[in-house]
Amino acid sequence: MTTSTDTSARARPGEKASPPSYLEHSKGIRSWLFTIDHKRIGVMYLWAVLGAFLLGGLFALLLRTELMNPGPTLIADETKAWDFYNHMFTLHGAVMVFLFVIPAIPAILGNFILPIMLGAKDVAFPRLNLLSFYLYSLGGLFFVWVLLSGVIEAGLDIDLPGGGGLDTGWTFYTPYSTSSSSGVTAATLGAFILGFSSILTGLNFISSIHMLRPEGMTWFRMPLMLWALYGTSIIQILATPVLAITLLLLVAERTLKVGIFDPALGGDPVLYQHFFWFYSHPAVYIMILPGMGILSEVISIHSRKHIFGYRFIAYSSIAIALLGFLVWGHHMFTSGQSALANAIFSLLTFSVSIPSAIKVFNWLATLYKGAIALSTPMLYALGFILLFTIGGLTGLFLGALSVDIHFHDTYFIVAHFHYVMMGSTLFAFLSGMYHWWPKIFGKMTSPRLGWIGAVLVFVGFNLTFFVQFVAGSQGMPRRYANYPEQFTIYHQISTIGAFVLGLGLFVVLADWLWSLRWGKKAPANPWGGNSLEWHCASPPPLENFAIAPTDAGDPYRFDDWVRDEETGGYVKRQESPA
Amino acid sequence: MIPLLADASFWMPEQASNHAAATDRLFYGLLILSTGLFFLVAGVMIAFVWKYRAREGREPEKTPAHSTALELTWTVIPTIVVVAIFYYGFRGYLDMVTSPHNIYEIQVTGYKWGWAFTYPNGYVDENLHVPARRPVRLVLSSQDVIHSVFIPAFRVKKDCVPGRYNKMWFEATREGEYPLYCAEYCGTKHSDMRARVFVEDPSTFRAWLDKAADWVSTMPPVDAGKKLWSARGCSQCHSIDGAPGIGPTFKNLYGKSHPLRDGSTVTVEENYVRQSILEPGSQIVAGFENVMPSYQGRLKDAEVTVIIEFLKSLSDTAPAPIEKLPPAEGAGDGTGDKKEDPR
Repeated sequence: MTTSTDTSARARPGEKASPPSYLEHSKGIRSWLFTIDHKRIGVMYLWAVLGAFLLGGLFALLLRTELMNPGPTLIADETKAWDFYNHMFTLHGAVMVFLFVIPAIPAILGNFILPIMLGAKDVAFPRLNLLSFYLYSLGGLFFVWVLLSGVIEAGLDIDLPGGGGLDTGWTFYTPYSTSSSSGVTAATLGAFILGFSSILTGLNFISSIHMLRPEGMTWFRMPLMLWALYGTSIIQILATPVLAITLLLLVAERTLKVGIFDPALGGDPVLYQHFFWFYSHPAVYIMILPGMGILSEVISIHSRKHIFGYRFIAYSSIAIALLGFLVWGHHMFTSGQSALANAIFSLLTFSVSIPSAIKVFNWLATLYKGAIALSTPMLYALGFILLFTIGGLTGLFLGALSVDIHFHDTYFIVAHFHYVMMGSTLFAFLSGMYHWWPKIFGKMTSPRLGWIGAVLVFVGFNLTFFVQFVAGSQGMPRRYANYPEQFTIYHQISTIGAFVLGLGLFVVLADWLWSLRWGKKAPANPWGGNSLEWHCASPPPLENFAIAPTDAGDPYRFDDWVRDEETGGYVKRQESPA
Repeated sequence: MIPLLADASFWMPEQASNHAAATDRLFYGLLILSTGLFFLVAGVMIAFVWKYRAREGREPEKTPAHSTALELTWTVIPTIVVVAIFYYGFRGYLDMVTSPHNIYEIQVTGYKWGWAFTYPNGYVDENLHVPARRPVRLVLSSQDVIHSVFIPAFRVKKDCVPGRYNKMWFEATREGEYPLYCAEYCGTKHSDMRARVFVEDPSTFRAWLDKAADWVSTMPPVDAGKKLWSARGCSQCHSIDGAPGIGPTFKNLYGKSHPLRDGSTVTVEENYVRQSILEPGSQIVAGFENVMPSYQGRLKDAEVTVIIEFLKSLSDTAPAPIEKLPPAEGAGDGTGDKKEDPR
């Protein structure tokens, strides 16, 4: 269709004078460490968060290996094997929650994409943004110390002051956490600092969305990703301080012996659970909401269809953010809180399922009569729909009081939250990474490696976690280093699945690294999206746009973009005035 | 419901209490509903992806960008469905928390890492025995950190929280032996904090309890001590074969001199052992953490005595039986009176 004369005639406007991309703008390590460019900060987050993910994944494989057989597997001595397992599941949970799932989408993709979607040069407070990154790194160092001190203590058989490792579970339940000799103080201080990183990011996003929207971009013309990040930021700002206070109280109790949660000192351990879950349940929505934002982008753009029911999706993000504050008590159905409280929390818990269901149905309706490309981002988005449906539907079992009593603290819950946090959030994260990768690095990933990775991750994930529903309903309690023979088969399938999943994730990493070196140069708009980030170059120049753009119109109207065979991307339709 | 699903199945363990059938009915109802919904979502998605896949010449077709009627439909229907699920879950839960007035009560104490089930006559066992077809209430508390009683076959679970009492009740419907797990993470040996539930015919249960209550005086002290060692949690941390553990091994402990944490030394004899059982924190052996709960009020004097006798039997310096005693002093090298295992 296109001839060579055609393309030469269609030299993109401004190509001659195009400024260097943000990656090439300045060189040297200092130009990265002291940057206040949201894109570079996003990329630094990317490597830091991926490092944390690698660490958390390593812990997961170690703990799954320990569970391959009942009794001790990796270490011959029983007590040491149990302690090892307890440290592994704690560090896996803490690192994955605080250092990976919570920051992954907002800090990496949110930082990179949000200002460009707004047509802005940067977030509202660029310096605060860099501070937020350094707080993340500092908080991460505390966890690295907890881990290292645990290794040193075990390896050299010595007692470090402050204790080594962490064996309380990521939830730090009292009074176990007040009495444990492991590194609770260091870990909670780390989580405390990470909380501030999260708060500052949320603050930045809310301010940016309020103040930096270009002329013409009303609230209801924002890409849905921005609605999702807005909802997420509300939770980050309102809930995280409660976690910070709770963790400080915990440290005060441990070090100053002030009785707050420990009954031996006159405190109440269930009070801790209320405080902790008042943050940590909304935190679940910090994890999933931005993922839902990615889905709305990817599903619409990769099926070349206008998103269905924009307003319902936008409102449902805010509804989830607000309702998420009212359901924390369902973590305490068996704690002895009153039957009335249990009933109220059960009913409120079900209310969250409605906006989640709306989103799924609207995504499906978006696919209807589209032109659906099975690109790598789309594969993960479709995987998300399947896994999130399973995660959401199994939530119905857990919201129902009588059934929850049986499933509480069993592998059923482990499977459920992995379907939501990993099956859904991780899939959304990978979908978003593949979707915006060409924008971030200016390189295309390999469709073939993308397929192989997606299939391995999907199969491995389901192999790992689906059997855990059955193990749990049969009565297998969670956080068990040792287990009765009857559960062996479930654990073995799960462990094999974990390694398949791990392999799949390494294929994804290989794909990314491959593209950085050998990937095809990415066009400005590889998928044909219409939100503002697709209007600037790939990778974008330092300040994103040469001239501050006005609103680009409906972000989900793709009619003006046609496929350009030469670059493999989409370009503005010729007949439309440029 | 469906007879095939009425008992132990691919999903659920067997039903052995009054709460099990109702819980399972809701579970299977939800299973059918959610399997149906999953295949609906997956089916629609796969059908769309196949039918509308991007291919040569395919252009996306224009369809409405929203439809309030459609969206309200898939808002209202799920709302009705989840309110119904809430209702059934709540109904089942009400039965779990509303116990009959006439009820048999057993006190349950969780500790790191074991269970003490105390019956009305004062007898304490590490396993739970309950009469079949009689309502039973467990009054739950904890010695140290939070534990949780979980009996899968009964579909019941409740936390043992230090500083407060929680209650659960059930009526076991079927004689047999069932596992009981600790479901709230409580430290190193959380996963070994398991017990068995014996459901017995009421007359068998009564006979067992009468006999069990008097067991310390019915057997040789060394045997009684060994039974207490395994039943009351000692065995979790103190081995009897010399293997290292969370506490010092009992093998050859009695009669030995032990360096303490504060630098002094103590000889392990009757009074030290008694002190260590009742006030574990008072004299800690060097190289160990003080994690042992106090047994003050949980072991009777006679029980402490037989535990001491059991310790003696594990030691090279144990008192010898009379037939092995030499006639005079000066020859007591202790050769030949080693007793590895009193049984």
